[in-house]
Amino acid sequence: MSDQPNLARRNMIIGTTVAGGVAGVAAAVYPFASSMTPSDRAKAAGAPVEVDISRLEPGQKIDVEWQGKVVWVVKRTQEMIESVAKSDALVADPESGSNQQPGYAKNKLRSIKPEVFVAVGICSHLGCSPTFKPEDNVFYCPCHGSKFDLAGRVYKGVPAPTNLIVPQHTFLSEGKILVGEDQKGA
Amino acid sequence: MAASQKEPVNIDFAGPLNRPVSGLLTWVDQRFPLISTWKAHLSEYYAPKNFNFWYFFGALSMLVLIQITTGIFLTMNYKPDASMAFASVEYIMREVPGGWLIRYMHSTGASAFFICVYLHMFRGLMYGSYQRPRELIWIFGVLIFLTLMGEAFFGYLLPWGQMSFWGAQVIVNLFGTVPLIGPDLAVWIRGDFVVSDATLNRFFAFHVIALPLVLLGLVAAHILALHEGGSNNPDGVEIKDKKDAKGIPLDGIPFHPYYTVKDMFGASVFLFVFFAIVFFAPEVGGYFLEHNNFVPADPLKTPEHIAPVWYFTPYYSILRAVPPMFESQFPGVAAMGASTLIFFLMPWLDRSPVRSIRYRGLEYKLWLAVFVVSFLVLGWLGTKPTDFLGKIGGIETATLLARFFTVLYFAFFVLMPWYSARDKTKPVPERVTG
Amino acid sequence: MKTVKSFVMSFALSASIGLPLLSLSGSVAAGGAELVLDRVHIDVRDQASLQSGARTFVNQCMGCHSASLMRYSKLRDIGLTDQQIKDNLLFAGEKVGEMMNAGMTRKDGKEWFGAAPPDLSVEARSRGAEWLYTYLRTFYRDPSTTTGWNNLVFERVAMPHVLWPQSGQAVLEVKEFKTADELRAAQLQAKRFARAESVTEADGSHRYLLKTTRIETPGSQTALEFDRTVRDLVTFMVWMGEPEQIARKRLGVMVLMFLGLLIALTYFLKKEFWKDVH
Repeated sequence: MSDQPNLARRNMIIGTTVAGGVAGVAAAVYPFASSMTPSDRAKAAGAPVEVDISRLEPGQKIDVEWQGKVVWVVKRTQEMIESVAKSDALVADPESGSNQQPGYAKNKLRSIKPEVFVAVGICSHLGCSPTFKPEDNVFYCPCHGSKFDLAGRVYKGVPAPTNLIVPQHTFLSEGKILVGEDQKGA
Repeated sequence: MAASQKEPVNIDFAGPLNRPVSGLLTWVDQRFPLISTWKAHLSEYYAPKNFNFWYFFGALSMLVLIQITTGIFLTMNYKPDASMAFASVEYIMREVPGGWLIRYMHSTGASAFFICVYLHMFRGLMYGSYQRPRELIWIFGVLIFLTLMGEAFFGYLLPWGQMSFWGAQVIVNLFGTVPLIGPDLAVWIRGDFVVSDATLNRFFAFHVIALPLVLLGLVAAHILALHEGGSNNPDGVEIKDKKDAKGIPLDGIPFHPYYTVKDMFGASVFLFVFFAIVFFAPEVGGYFLEHNNFVPADPLKTPEHIAPVWYFTPYYSILRAVPPMFESQFPGVAAMGASTLIFFLMPWLDRSPVRSIRYRGLEYKLWLAVFVVSFLVLGWLGTKPTDFLGKIGGIETATLLARFFTVLYFAFFVLMPWYSARDKTKPVPERVTG
Repeated sequence: MKTVKSFVMSFALSASIGLPLLSLSGSVAAGGAELVLDRVHIDVRDQASLQSGARTFVNQCMGCHSASLMRYSKLRDIGLTDQQIKDNLLFAGEKVGEMMNAGMTRKDGKEWFGAAPPDLSVEARSRGAEWLYTYLRTFYRDPSTTTGWNNLVFERVAMPHVLWPQSGQAVLEVKEFKTADELRAAQLQAKRFARAESVTEADGSHRYLLKTTRIETPGSQTALEFDRTVRDLVTFMVWMGEPEQIARKRLGVMVLMFLGLLIALTYFLKKEFWKDVH
């Protein structure tokens, strides 16, 4: 180690190699990180689901599974539709200001057709599934007592912060809806 | 007390980060032996300056890190269940984003690891790295090698293909040949009367947690033992015998930065070859991933020809070479066991006054060549069915060849005390050359 | 030279233990029937070929065989849209996201054919393209089997010849030769797959047979067209064995280019530091 090495040159080479190494490590992280994203199987399970509602009686609710989550389809009676209007004063976000629904469901009843209400049945508080109480015209969450009206709008003074999510859905025919795909032209 | 007396750490680069980084390091070093460890094992660990090509493979065995990382991510999607295992591996290959790359890195890594370890061991044989005072380094190394074989064997069952299943069946049945306790032992290892779900589940446990822990411990012991005595070199000269006024070996250079940068270059070349295989020939013609392992395990149908993966074939050949004696297959099993365990005895079999092959006589060189040729031929024979060369006088030619080379394989070790002591050696220089 | 002599001595000593085992009496016995498979050039990037193969696979193979590790939606990778998959390949109301499962269960298969039809998802990886290509083109009529079909590559196979509407129906032709060498020469000269067999008679004499097939009743395709149909099918099966293989090679080129650069960088780094040492 007799000669003094050229430090500038040495630092330049170190810097370039370190940059190359860091780039390599960063690129190597990518396949590992991406392997933790949903697989083809998970994506296929998240594919749109067809729901036959032709035999759904007014006042009844059915549960369907979409992306591993429970989705409710409720056929609202005339009385239920009126109850939504009456609860305007009781709910926190009556005009659906927060972005919890597709544009075509951003209306008073939060639905495409007044009598057919579709919502993801998961409480916006901590993820429990609320219970349908047609006698009181509410969805009631047993975990922390949150309440939603029959348009999925959250009541004031309950733990849940936002309205229930209305998923993308579209009518294939009078008696058939497709959950998970947007209405054409919407 | 000791902590507060430690000097502040100074790092040598200019720039705005100098002060905060130095400060942080000082804070850590007063609470943890950071700088002293760094010095002891890297910046003030003096390695001989004449390491050659063969000295890359020790560091390259750090490849185990690739196996650990890819292994962790494989377990996220693999199912150790006989009815789901095969499909879950294909699920990783097809449906998990990037899963195919992780799986191929793991399967190629297993073979690459053995290549590095075999070349690393060969280096030890060439330069007498097992000789006094490095016997323990060698013994830890052989233990790593044996653990690695167990790790590879357990892992090979997991894809649950035909080769996985029947390979495990054959190897576990080897334990069944042990006199007296054999049959019960084989059942105990399998946890069933055939290789089954129970076997798969426990092999999974051994593969992903038990043996990796043992391996990490042994690797730490191997390196600590190495850094206690110091590295050997291609001349077999003890560099600590000649030191300068400061007590630094005259032929030593700090491992960091000189060998870290050299090994980085070696690692880059290695990774180039490794990824060339991963991306362009992950099966390597059926040697790294066997064709029959793409058929799900079927306990009712044995494939026509079963062969272990290439890194086990030399020992498999020895197993097949030894004929049954006293109506028992045990002698073959014992010979196979002995062929791996005999490495432990190297430090005591070698009676040569010199370490390195450079200063040994012709005899040791020729014997080492005989050993290497025997190892390779046995390995090649082990990939083939025993009848592939036809028959000579009622006995399969391949079996005769395997017997011949098995004898030579063992002769290298057994005759070593004799030929190594009487071999004519050359004078060893005082200092390393080149 | 003394060392050489002593090495030779000790070597001879150990070899003398091993050599008697290598008794050189007797002659090398002739091996059994060796299959010289037909060569086939397949290109897994040829989407037209893949799509044609996919159609044959779904329409004909999937009557009995599943590809249960393969999702219909993966067929997007060979250039098909969801609508095309739905219209051309799904018949029983399956969804694009489902696995390619056959209608027949394994149990039915076992009852009808004596062996459950294997899942074909990774069949090409265990058999190889040439085996599949040859096997699918060497069925012939054989009244002695339960299905009425036999095969030159896979003798007494349980599978009937499903592609016969295209290929037509072939019969077996056997030619006899006097010596093994003549047989070998004839096998190498054959344009299509020929099975060479040496049969040992009860009196110890050998017969040398060359088995080939000949179309008796033509199908909807000529021999050349049918070769192409099978080639496309095999191409599809090879692709299906590893759908990521095209992406693998593409990514590989980039990774190796990067590593080549890294080799250069680390080489200069090493050289720079090692200036100190020499």
